[in-house]
Amino acid sequence: MVLELRNPRPIWQIMFSTHHTDVGLLYLITSLAFLFLGGALAIAIRLELFLPGSQFIADSMTFNRIFTVHGTTMIFLFILPSASAVGNYFVPIMVRYKDMAYPKLNAIAFWMIPPAGALIWLGFADFTWYATPPYSIISAPGPAADMWIFGLKILGVSSILGAINFIVTIMKCKHPDMSLGQVPLLAWAFLSSSLIILVALPTFAAALVMLLTDRLGVSGFFNPAMGGDPIAYAHLFWFTFHPEVYVLVIPAIGMMYEIIPRFSRKPIFSASSGIFAFVLLAIVGFSSWAHHMYATGMSFTEKTVFMVGTLAAVPASAMHVFNFLATMWNGRIKFATPMMWSVGGIALFFSAGAGGVVNSAMPLDFVTHDSYWVVGHFHLFVMGTIAFGTIGYIYYMFPYVTGRMYNEKMGVAHFVMAFIGTVLVFFTQHVLGLFGMPRRVYDYPPIPEWIAMNQIATVGAMLIGVSMALFLGNMIYSTAKGKIANMDDPFGLGGKYYYPYQRKNPQH
Amino acid sequence: MGQHSNWPEWIYIGVVVALLVWVGAEAWNVERIVEHIPEDAETIKVLGQQWFWTFEHEDGTTEIGQLHLEAGKAYRFEVTSKDVIHSFNIHDYVVLLDAVPGRTNIVWFSPTEAGEYDIQCREYCGLIHYNMRGKLIVEDPTA
Repeated sequence: MVLELRNPRPIWQIMFSTHHTDVGLLYLITSLAFLFLGGALAIAIRLELFLPGSQFIADSMTFNRIFTVHGTTMIFLFILPSASAVGNYFVPIMVRYKDMAYPKLNAIAFWMIPPAGALIWLGFADFTWYATPPYSIISAPGPAADMWIFGLKILGVSSILGAINFIVTIMKCKHPDMSLGQVPLLAWAFLSSSLIILVALPTFAAALVMLLTDRLGVSGFFNPAMGGDPIAYAHLFWFTFHPEVYVLVIPAIGMMYEIIPRFSRKPIFSASSGIFAFVLLAIVGFSSWAHHMYATGMSFTEKTVFMVGTLAAVPASAMHVFNFLATMWNGRIKFATPMMWSVGGIALFFSAGAGGVVNSAMPLDFVTHDSYWVVGHFHLFVMGTIAFGTIGYIYYMFPYVTGRMYNEKMGVAHFVMAFIGTVLVFFTQHVLGLFGMPRRVYDYPPIPEWIAMNQIATVGAMLIGVSMALFLGNMIYSTAKGKIANMDDPFGLGGKYYYPYQRKNPQH
Repeated sequence: MGQHSNWPEWIYIGVVVALLVWVGAEAWNVERIVEHIPEDAETIKVLGQQWFWTFEHEDGTTEIGQLHLEAGKAYRFEVTSKDVIHSFNIHDYVVLLDAVPGRTNIVWFSPTEAGEYDIQCREYCGLIHYNMRGKLIVEDPTA
């Protein structure tokens, strides 16, 4: 098997390489493989929920395992590695350095992902991606649960190593002539998200060890039968994973900052406000974790504090939306595939944010919490914003990676179907939540509204499934047989514009 | 950067912040009123366990999977759990509170109309979480 077709190399050379684009390619292929695996599980979930009663999944335990592995896969094995793929390709070039700061560490961070993915998939745990104690301690069957814990432990170490590498590459290895303000926004996105990882992740790493020793019965941190407190776990978990939401979303926003000015043929409206919003989000993101926990019995004061903390993060996100729209305003926009994905992503990002304001308002949270509203809400972020930004960027970097062009018509068809599908699935799920359907259920009573909306959502999911098959076909076919790309201006935007394409670091 | 004026962005941010302040203030005010428990509220102990609900009335009678209440009265639920975390939910009356082992959480409501309503578990609790359901039966006042 040969990859990077403009200068063919056998695959083992790429696997044992520490060069940043090779590691980036490994990240990219791994993350796409897990996208399709996790997507298959999502299709299974939607098919099962098409009608009340058992469809084709035999029992609820299997169903619970499927949605647990779906969530874990999409977040840790698709979104995080795909961001690392983009970062590996472009951050060193954007800061004008020959490679990542620590190339070997970079390769090590990548090679932690396959064993962790294997642990998660071979174990197939059932306790949701959130692993709530005391269920995860006293009720969840092993060894699946323990394998999940070890898998996440490894992924955590990998994330921290990657974050250190990005921070050092940007802060210490950027070209001496380049001030931090001149670093492109995509690199700034990686700097901010890496800083969040460094501060947020150790908390969950500690909680995972405590969870494991609790499961082994030697401690009782989160086990009420031994004097522990399960709510403490919820705090530790969300202290990591609310900021982690920004770790996931900030690189996707950064990718849109690359695409939107290029395809609008205009400079970014305000790069400094983009940087300001990234840094602000990275800081304010730490003040809102317990808004996931209003229903655990928090006091009025606690809820108020976390509501204010949550609302405080909104203006920073709104600044990005403004920046994108102002950049596009009066631009000569070319709606090629990457631009379509970015613009669609911004629209869904705005919808997701508006729904988030509703969730954070205390009385309304008790309507939406743990219902399908929440499922729809966060999928508008993870699918509508992050996956849209990332997939758009994958099309954008396709000529850079392969030296060939993807099929534009298939790319557009992919976008149109995926966008309609996303709206059908996740907007409908918001309404389904308002009708009271709880999340994480294998079966539901035959309430007519619930049936109708589940069916709409399933049809939407099928549409996304078909579009993703097109995507896979397009990627494979165009890698081998696509038109040779004009590397000076692959999207025909006119020559004046800066492309990171024009530089490539030599193999070393 | 710097070459053009940025005032539209600041106006826009001002509008967004004003909207958020309004949402926050309104939410704060509503929640403050909603959380105020009337003094004559009758206490009902709610116990969640895998995978059913048990209700204990003030007079000591217990019900499993069903809860009979009277319209127009106020009720105060003391929610707890025997094993793992559940979430006690009567969606039609926006009653939602986690049943956490080792803790007692308090929520109140007052049913307004006679009829049957669904009680369900809104927090994942294992094998039969999807069917951890009950019925709230609200009756017209007897006297």
